[in-house]
Amino acid sequence: MSNNPYLPFRAPILSKTRQTAVDWTYHIGCSLNPVPGQFVEVSLPGVGECPISISDFTPDSVELTIRRVGKVTENLSRLEEADYLYLRGPYGQGFPLEQFAGRHLIIAAGGTGLAPVKSVIRHFAERPETLAGLTILAGFKSPEDILFRPELESWSRSFDVQVTVDQVCDVPVPSPGHVGLITALIPDLAIPSPTNTRAIVVGPPAMMKFTCAELLRRGLKEDQIWVSLERRMSCGLGKCGHCRVGSTHVCLDGPVFNYAKARKLVD
Amino acid sequence: MGSLIEAAALDELLRLLKPKYRIYAPVRLPGKGRFSDTDLIGYAEINRSRDIVFNERSYFSPKEILFPVNQTLFYFTESQWREPETDDREILVFLRSCDLEAVKRLDQALLHNGPYPDSYYQEARAKVKFVLMECQEEFEGCFCASMGTNESRDYAFSIRPENGAYLCDVREDLEELFGRLGKPREHEPAFVREHKNPVRLPDNPEAFSEHPFWREYSERCIACGRCNVVCPTCSCFSLQDIFYDDNPKVGERRRVWAGCQIDGFADLAGGHSYRRDKGERMRYKVLHKIYHFKEHFGVNLCVGCGRCDYACPEYISFSRCVNKLAELEDSTKAEANRKLGDTSAAVEVKKDVK
Ligand SMILES: Cc1cc2nc3c(=O)[nH]c(=O)nc-3n(C[C@H](O)[C@H](O)[C@H](O)COP(=O)(O)OP(=O)(O)OC[C@H]3O[C@@H](n4cnc5c(N)ncnc54)[C@H](O)[C@@H]3O)c2cc1C
Ligand code: SF4
Ligand code: SF4
Ligand code: FES
Repeated sequence: MSNNPYLPFRAPILSKTRQTAVDWTYHIGCSLNPVPGQFVEVSLPGVGECPISISDFTPDSVELTIRRVGKVTENLSRLEEADYLYLRGPYGQGFPLEQFAGRHLIIAAGGTGLAPVKSVIRHFAERPETLAGLTILAGFKSPEDILFRPELESWSRSFDVQVTVDQVCDVPVPSPGHVGLITALIPDLAIPSPTNTRAIVVGPPAMMKFTCAELLRRGLKEDQIWVSLERRMSCGLGKCGHCRVGSTHVCLDGPVFNYAKARKLVD
Repeated sequence: MGSLIEAAALDELLRLLKPKYRIYAPVRLPGKGRFSDTDLIGYAEINRSRDIVFNERSYFSPKEILFPVNQTLFYFTESQWREPETDDREILVFLRSCDLEAVKRLDQALLHNGPYPDSYYQEARAKVKFVLMECQEEFEGCFCASMGTNESRDYAFSIRPENGAYLCDVREDLEELFGRLGKPREHEPAFVREHKNPVRLPDNPEAFSEHPFWREYSERCIACGRCNVVCPTCSCFSLQDIFYDDNPKVGERRRVWAGCQIDGFADLAGGHSYRRDKGERMRYKVLHKIYHFKEHFGVNLCVGCGRCDYACPEYISFSRCVNKLAELEDSTKAEANRKLGDTSAAVEVKKDVK
């Protein structure tokens, strides 16, 4: 069968960087040209497959940031530079970048939720003039869990970047650092014109729910907010059924959804 | 073309088809039934007409012929993939209208949903021809006519047992064989038109997503997944890798059936899960079968075969659940109308006072 959509291709690990005790960022040699927010199915023969967001990309590489949580991600964490892994994709709908042009964009990311939006930020970091403004809110459990520290530092030179942690420890938080939930930052945000503002919210389900509620309270409309949903996925192709919610397949119609639609999905 | 074919002649016909076709039909599997000393009707390859069970509904549907319970997608060595060899023969399946309609639902789910067809299903599907087993009357708990799946005509020939022989309506390239082995006889297949216990569909069951009646299933359902397994239109699966003990560098990737009623179907890493409650799973399944699939594909997913009701060890009835939703909708509408009546009556009264 020449048209087998389940067949992955082999790709080399160009580099591997440790982010935290359980997260690593890999650069993989392959040319996918994804839309920010799309994902790939990553696999290791004999172990299994799992969906991973593309955290960034160049014309001939993709960046994946993977947290060690179970069988496949554990085995991926043992791979080193020059090893190979297997990929298929990119899959799903990414962020509609054209919708953000000329707007004030607020990006609120909780934990690994920063991965799927990182390439959105890079896109606008390269073209700051195309936005009216960019505010980045990044929340983590503790300072030890902060991802993409160098990037957060460098974005903070051009944009309003605020990092918050649920609890402190000995590791410093990049400035301006806060302690508390991401939702607590929203009442004090400068939102000059709610109608000209758009928001992206990505993180654990509870974080997304409450962050969206705060943004609505600040005068944004539901359809001005985009979220990226996480569901159990097996195929990434709209066949296996695991990710279906109502008549929506998160792997095909998402993972990025406008909040006006996402809010109505009944699991 | 109508044909009357004697049992011996049909056996001859099957024999002549054998080199070109794998022929599947519902057969009796002795001792495999739900209760001790009972038989189970399931699908298997057949050689002769008397193996075919006509007078009972099959416990399992024919979906496993196109979409096996456990299917190797490819074998791998350290750096290479190899797809399994496939059987070149075509496939002939004896099935009923509801199950033939169910195949069209599988086509939607596995071929047409998403940008790429499922290549494994597609390959098997391209080889299949169907023999329609006539239903002259319903089996207990069927409701195909309620679902509009009682009459399906995409068959190579239809078949009805008649006094030791078979009445057929023959199409396509088999006319020549039937012409030789059978006798011409006008025949139009019969279809079931009504049911003892018809099922009524609600217009908008989503409105009752939060209704407390789903909670009954939270207690009752034991998440065994039999309803998913026996359903001719359940097509969910999980991909799974295995490696061989004697050589961990060699293994295979498989797909195995999965079911939304079973624990783990919507689990995420890190302990999060959707629909832990079995009542929520029941709602998810029922709404998919009678509402959500239709939103997408224009036809309902449930074909009214009645197998899930029969298979459930906890006596949970899908058809009663659907009827219950329709009743809830009726009473909600009646209530709304009554209120509307009250307000217009109140307006009348006001007018009178003036
Ligand atoms: C669209 C999408 C994007 C994602 N992006 C990232 C990312 O950028 N970085 C990251 O670290 N993680 C990401 N995840 C989560 C990641 O897929 C899971 O952590 C991973 O599947 C766990 O697999 P495991 O074998 O290590 O864990 P186990 O707990 O051993 O899981 C076993 C199986 O469950 C399934 N599974 C478990 N959790 C999930 C889940 N959350 N989503 C889907 N399937 C799951 C997998 O199929 C896996 O084979 C993403 C998930 C989705 C749906
Ligand atoms: S839901 Fe039940 S009645 Fe409907 S097709 Fe599936 S098994 Fe048959
Ligand atoms: S067959 Fe009955 S008990 Fe088993 S999962 Fe289905 S509804 Fe639940
Ligand atoms: S992941 Fe299989 S259908 Fe979406």
